[in-house]
Amino acid sequence: MAVVTSSPPAPTKRLLESESAGRRARNRLATVLMAACLLIAMLPLIWILWTVVSRGAGLLGDSTWWTNSQRGITSRRVGGGAYHAIVGTLVMALMTAVISVPIAIGTAIYLVEYGRGRFAKLVTFMVDVLTGIPSIVAALFIYALWVTAFGFQRVSFAVSLALVLLMVPVVVRSTEEMLRLVPRDLREASYALGVPRWKTIVKVVLPTAFSGIVTGIMLGLARVMGETAPLLILGPYTSSINLNPFDGNMAALPTFINQDRNNQALDPAFDRVWAAALTLILIVMVLSVLGRLLSRFGTVKK
Amino acid sequence: MAKRIDVSGLDAFYGHFKAVEDVSLTVEPRSVTAFIGPSGCGKSTLLRTFNRMHEVIPGARVSGKVMLDDENLYDDGVDPVAVRRTVGMVFQRPNPFPTMSIYDNVAAGLRLNGVKNKKVLDEVVERSLKRANLWGEVHDRLGKPGSSLSGGQQQRLCIARAVAVEPQVLLMDEPCSALDPISTLAIEDLIQDLKDRYTIIIVTHNMQQAARVSDRTAFFTIAGAGKPGRLVEIGDTAEMFSRPAEKATEDYITGRFG
Repeated sequence: MAVVTSSPPAPTKRLLESESAGRRARNRLATVLMAACLLIAMLPLIWILWTVVSRGAGLLGDSTWWTNSQRGITSRRVGGGAYHAIVGTLVMALMTAVISVPIAIGTAIYLVEYGRGRFAKLVTFMVDVLTGIPSIVAALFIYALWVTAFGFQRVSFAVSLALVLLMVPVVVRSTEEMLRLVPRDLREASYALGVPRWKTIVKVVLPTAFSGIVTGIMLGLARVMGETAPLLILGPYTSSINLNPFDGNMAALPTFINQDRNNQALDPAFDRVWAAALTLILIVMVLSVLGRLLSRFGTVKK
Repeated sequence: MAKRIDVSGLDAFYGHFKAVEDVSLTVEPRSVTAFIGPSGCGKSTLLRTFNRMHEVIPGARVSGKVMLDDENLYDDGVDPVAVRRTVGMVFQRPNPFPTMSIYDNVAAGLRLNGVKNKKVLDEVVERSLKRANLWGEVHDRLGKPGSSLSGGQQQRLCIARAVAVEPQVLLMDEPCSALDPISTLAIEDLIQDLKDRYTIIIVTHNMQQAARVSDRTAFFTIAGAGKPGRLVEIGDTAEMFSRPAEKATEDYITGRFG
């Protein structure tokens, strides 16, 4: 083997040198770059919020905004409200959630707790594919099924079906992540008490992951409530209030925005577009806060 | 109450890997048996075959016999869930259920198996916490989360949770390895109290602990990485620590391992 020559003693250096000028400069550069990236990322967000709030806040204070529909109000006229669209959006979101959440949570539980081998891999792959489907494709698929194949009318329930296709993969993914975060220790502790597997999942695993699952559902809902393509294809706009998801047109905030955007040269329509946009943002925000409260409700008080 | 465990010709596998080979031993009721040996020698795996927790891991399986008095745990038709109600387990790291209060943690085993009677649950919770020497410290805050306790208290909470379902046997997988010396002492005292009622097996890396708490000691070892763990010898603890029959045991307990 090669002989290891001892290196000549280095000129005596202090062990704890002060940081070199080069390193300090690199550190500063990196810090500035990171901060710049943060700013660039935040800028559009703040800009959007500012634009929407400054242009939309005016109408939200009107007493009729939260209580009236747009029935009989043309784009030239001031007045009316967004009640029909708010209710429509909430009805569709609720239907979507009621259908998607059990399917998605069931799928996630299967994948994490039971899924082994090929079939589980296939399911995971399908969920991935579904995640990437553009909303208009989901809408057209439901159109082909609901209208062309079954011969039904274009109603808001069909919109919800299209939205289910968009919401399920989001919730499956987030729920899966949350269930995987539950330590194996806890499952084993439950098994060791003689608790069967399904009860362990229902009473130990799901409650432990509860807040994360709720957050995932809220994210999925937020995504779905702003979707426009399924509404354009399956849910024609109406200026009146309709609560029946199986009969007649039902308004929603995105289609309400789209309607008045066609006449944005006229001031009343222009104002309503921004007010409706702000309303949509507020609803999503309120839902997120509710989700947070709900998830806190489930845990033991400190 | 407490039952004898008779193991004969037991092999345990993870997939194709044989982790434990040909173990035969007897664990006496109402006594403490310590399993000692180097890391990876299969003592935890062996412990987990006594309440059929081994097979929870995908691909894991067992061959051989584990008799609990006169019933073989691995007979066809034996429900692993029923086995685990009879053979309780305490884990290396304290693992109280994070979403449950102290009370709910102790009551979990009964409640999840369908007991709803509040009076019964109250009694069991109090009795179990007393047995785990924790009642005095927590009786005025049973509604607080189990995770608000200190590590040593959490481990005693887990012991209370395990004894609440009235098992015959209590398996402890390095129950003190995550605890400070004072909490360790509290658990060791507790083990002495519990052995009047239960058959206790404790896996430990701490030789002094094995000497302090156990009546009998089993020493395991492995020939090398990738080889299965084997039982070297089992005997009275005092005997094992003063005059071990095997050279390997002597080397290990005197620190001249290898």
